[in-house]
Amino acid sequence: MLEVKGLKKYFKTPHGMLHAVDDVSFSIKRGTTLGIVGESGCGKSTTGRAILRLIEPTAGEVLFEGTDIRKLSTAELRRLRCEMQIIFQDPFSSIDPRQTIAQTIEEPMKLQGIIRDKRERMARVLELAEMVGIAERLMNAYPHELDGGRRQRVGIARALALNPRFIVCDEPVSALDISIQAQILNLLSDLQERLDLTYIFITHDLSVVNHFSDDIAVMYLGRLVEKAPAEELFTNPLHPYTRALLSAIPIPSLHNRRERIILKGEITSPIEPEKACRFAGRCWCADDRCRTEEPSLTDLGNGHFVSCFQAN
Amino acid sequence: MREKEMLQTDNILEIRDLFVEYRTFDGTVKAVNGLDLSLKAGMTLGLVGETGAGKTTAGLAVMQLIQQPPGIIRGGSIYFNGENLLKKSDRQMRAVRGSRISMIFQDPMTSLNPVHSVQDQIAEVIGEHEKIKKSEAVIKAQELLEMVGIPAARSKEYPHQFSGGMKQRVVIAMALAANPNLLIADEPTTALDVTIQAQVLEMIKELRRKYSTAMLIITHDLGVVAEVCDAVSVIYAGHIVEHGTLEDVFDHNLHPYTQGLFDSLPNLQDRKVKLKPIKGLMPDPTDLPKGCVFHPRCKYSMPICETEKPARAHRTDGHYVECHLYDGGDVKKSKVRTT
Repeated sequence: MLEVKGLKKYFKTPHGMLHAVDDVSFSIKRGTTLGIVGESGCGKSTTGRAILRLIEPTAGEVLFEGTDIRKLSTAELRRLRCEMQIIFQDPFSSIDPRQTIAQTIEEPMKLQGIIRDKRERMARVLELAEMVGIAERLMNAYPHELDGGRRQRVGIARALALNPRFIVCDEPVSALDISIQAQILNLLSDLQERLDLTYIFITHDLSVVNHFSDDIAVMYLGRLVEKAPAEELFTNPLHPYTRALLSAIPIPSLHNRRERIILKGEITSPIEPEKACRFAGRCWCADDRCRTEEPSLTDLGNGHFVSCFQAN
Repeated sequence: MREKEMLQTDNILEIRDLFVEYRTFDGTVKAVNGLDLSLKAGMTLGLVGETGAGKTTAGLAVMQLIQQPPGIIRGGSIYFNGENLLKKSDRQMRAVRGSRISMIFQDPMTSLNPVHSVQDQIAEVIGEHEKIKKSEAVIKAQELLEMVGIPAARSKEYPHQFSGGMKQRVVIAMALAANPNLLIADEPTTALDVTIQAQVLEMIKELRRKYSTAMLIITHDLGVVAEVCDAVSVIYAGHIVEHGTLEDVFDHNLHPYTQGLFDSLPNLQDRKVKLKPIKGLMPDPTDLPKGCVFHPRCKYSMPICETEKPARAHRTDGHYVECHLYDGGDVKKSKVRTT
């Protein structure tokens, strides 16, 4: 359904080029979810936005059902936006505070002109509201009257308004409390089943991504370091960073505790990175080759890809 | 000077029946409602709850840092080493704050002063509580920074030169500067990345082993609790609904809210399990439900829950729950699952 090849996004800074996303490639099958995990600044959100061309990628190809969206004109891209939507992290700042809930959900349909009759459009708004579980009485309320969980539901209804087939969920539950988080995750997976949606699920929370994804891609400093089916990644992580990341999750249970790998040092700067493995500075098994050569993503079979000299 | 009220107890911190309200134009926000909390010397207690449960207000009440008005402590007592802090004057409180009880906050970026180097900020705290020369205080500050893993070479740097994890360590070093007996940590790792969080948690455990400082860890993250705490109090709408040791609360939890919290978490071992969220939302603190405050969201709710507050039922001496399901005190025979 979606294929990304050699995606790059560099930002100009006073100190040089910041390699936010560097040569990332992956593909997603229809109706499945790809989880992208990583820590702050690893380029996961930038990847999500570059795929939708909300920011212009520096290089690479993004093929959506065979068409390269980077080659589309503005008008063609606009039409394609019906198919591709995004749900943002912060339900507080991603909704216009001066529009009612009904207006917020209605707006994409108005902009794309897909339902011109006002009454029909309102019927569709109510249908969407019901689908995501917002009561009809809230249709004329303003966002500030709603709590975070409900606002996120509005964000989801708005993303669904144009019948998209592909949605980028950028940290959709990170700002929510645990009990509300579970409500939204269940909603997203019900919708996926009902509407045959394809998701990219961007998050820093590994337990959420494990629950939600078919495949998981781990990013570190703009690089895709490992990608595998969820179960395989959790049972057989090969990249040292993935192993450290998995071991660092605080597990809310007193049983099955695992050995912790505590990383030394902090994430290095992504500005003009040297030609070396970007994790080498924090890696406990790095050797000279890791410090002078950059590993590339290697296929190990069964959908497991890893970018590490030591793992092969 | 006001009369001191002494209490004979092993607990370094004991909060009894505390009520805190914020009086605003939109009504009275009942943030803390009859809170009981007890923490033994050298132990770590986790105070767990969701946004708006009154966790931070409880921490601020101990420090007497609640802004008044609009806040008001309406009743109860807070015993620290047997002395009631609520009976202390502002001046006496200032001697307690920082030197005997310290608090660290969620966001390390806003707790540091951007225009002073980190060593000077810590030295200032030391100078405030000990009669030593500035140069000696600076040396001591550098030692503290090394203890939390920041090399002395970087101690002259300013907060913006450090990453989030390092800033949080600076804040922890500052909180420990005067050797407090009690450290209150309000969501200490929430703003940090997982691998950095792991480093900070490891450091907190290490400090506890070395100095046996008692800690009150305020968090919403049950994973963090499992990692560092000895005992757990679960707070809902400003009231403790369940309290016990780590094992009691994780393996034998009784309150439907505690169970709901665990069921809401994605299971790392078995990813096919569907999440079972708690229905509904946190109650409005200006208009709390009658009876058991959790009853509108509870799947076991009975008629009595709507009218009467539940009493405390003990499973063991140290493990109690406040829920009508356990009326009569016979916790073991109840219908609710005990895992």
